[in-house]
Amino acid sequence: MAANVFSRRALQATSRRLVAANPSTFSKTPLSRLPAPAAVAMGQHIQNRQAATTQVSQSGAQDILAAQRRHRPVSPHLAIYKPQVTWYLSALNRITGATLSGGIYVFGAAYLAAPLFGWHLESASLAASFATLPILAKVALKSLVALPFTFHSFNGLRHLVWDTGSSITNKQVIVTGWSVVGLSVVSALALTFL
Amino acid sequence: MAALRTASRLVAPTRSALRSSFAARSYATVTENSAFDTSASRPPVSPSKTSTVQEPKPDKDAKIKTFHIYRWNPDEPTSKPRMQSYTLDLNKTGPMMLDALIRIKNEVDPTLTFRRSCREGICGSCAMNIDGVNTLACLCKIPTDTAKESRIYPLPHTYVVKDLVPDLTHFYKQYKSIKPFLQRDTKSPDGKEFRQSPADRKKLDGLYECILCACCSTSCPSYWWNSEEYLGPAILLQSYRWLADSRDERKAERKEALDNSMSLYRCHTILNCSRTCPKGLNPAKAIAEIKKSLSFA
Repeated sequence: MAANVFSRRALQATSRRLVAANPSTFSKTPLSRLPAPAAVAMGQHIQNRQAATTQVSQSGAQDILAAQRRHRPVSPHLAIYKPQVTWYLSALNRITGATLSGGIYVFGAAYLAAPLFGWHLESASLAASFATLPILAKVALKSLVALPFTFHSFNGLRHLVWDTGSSITNKQVIVTGWSVVGLSVVSALALTFL
Repeated sequence: MAALRTASRLVAPTRSALRSSFAARSYATVTENSAFDTSASRPPVSPSKTSTVQEPKPDKDAKIKTFHIYRWNPDEPTSKPRMQSYTLDLNKTGPMMLDALIRIKNEVDPTLTFRRSCREGICGSCAMNIDGVNTLACLCKIPTDTAKESRIYPLPHTYVVKDLVPDLTHFYKQYKSIKPFLQRDTKSPDGKEFRQSPADRKKLDGLYECILCACCSTSCPSYWWNSEEYLGPAILLQSYRWLADSRDERKAERKEALDNSMSLYRCHTILNCSRTCPKGLNPAKAIAEIKKSLSFA
């Protein structure tokens, strides 16, 4: 096989050299009777494919890649993730914490500034104005304050326990999560109707 | 190669002249007195004499389930990602989500792109978000309830390379940054391998099994918003794997690298990581242990 290929190559090389040396003598050789060498000689056997390519430098290629990557989408996250007690309670913990602390700062600042503007934020006047509200509004307002407070308190205990490295298996987390939900609702109702 | 072909053409005619007829290749031939009607004008057999081939009837007890799959093609970079729906008969599909994906790719839509390799939860290639939870498609059973449609997304909040293939380059860079290899300055006393007691070895259980599929990291909202600096549960679990290793001697350095506001303390014990881990590991526990060791060191 190898010898066969080698002989063919040798034959081709000879015929090419012959053509290159003297094209006119080539037409008189016995080989010229065959179609293939003629085609080789006239370059008719070569197929040209015109492909438009451009040379790009290393940094230029990086720029193209960066430009392409700028169009990549970020896969969906918050909206598609399955609602689970773990991350919902964590989000609620942060929201209730922010609203409760924000509320106390706002009320504290208002209480300090009250004498300047003549507001009446003393306990007595607040209690009096609260008493004038209809019963439904009273219940709603009280539970609206009580539930975030109880939830954040109980869930905070959960977080403190986790920081010691205990009760942090999947099962325990789910059980304590739902018990915090139950406990905070019950205690919030108790506070509301106290 | 082309040159060789022309050369053989050059030689072929001379050889064929020498070749005897019995060595010639045979061709399909038709003899003159064939029993078959081979005339050019032979008419077709009328449809009344042939059987009718009907469209395949849908199987009576077919369990058709719909899969909605996230698609995005980088060849049309400005196009919006879209959800493509596919239906499969679960009777003809394997039990796992990966079987469904492979069947869709083989039989319905070959352009669907996803990573897969081992199909048994060892390689971590097929990590994706299935029905809202990150998991390995090869370990996730297809819910047999056909009324519920399944939704498959790439790992959440990752850059999409194509369809279900996320770009995890940054994730791997973060892994590299924690130096995930044994670092020692002293040689073992007897010149043999560094040995540890069975008790010390036991500390690595639940840590060494991590296959870095990135399911936990990409399930963590904290990692979604701070992935540039926060290491994420998977990498922190690996950090702890080296902190817990009795043979490692660079624990102080490892701890110091984590002791800043971003690398470790962006963990707010949301616990999606442990909930989603397809290997049943507990990254949240590992992170809690790191935090503990940093506070009481």
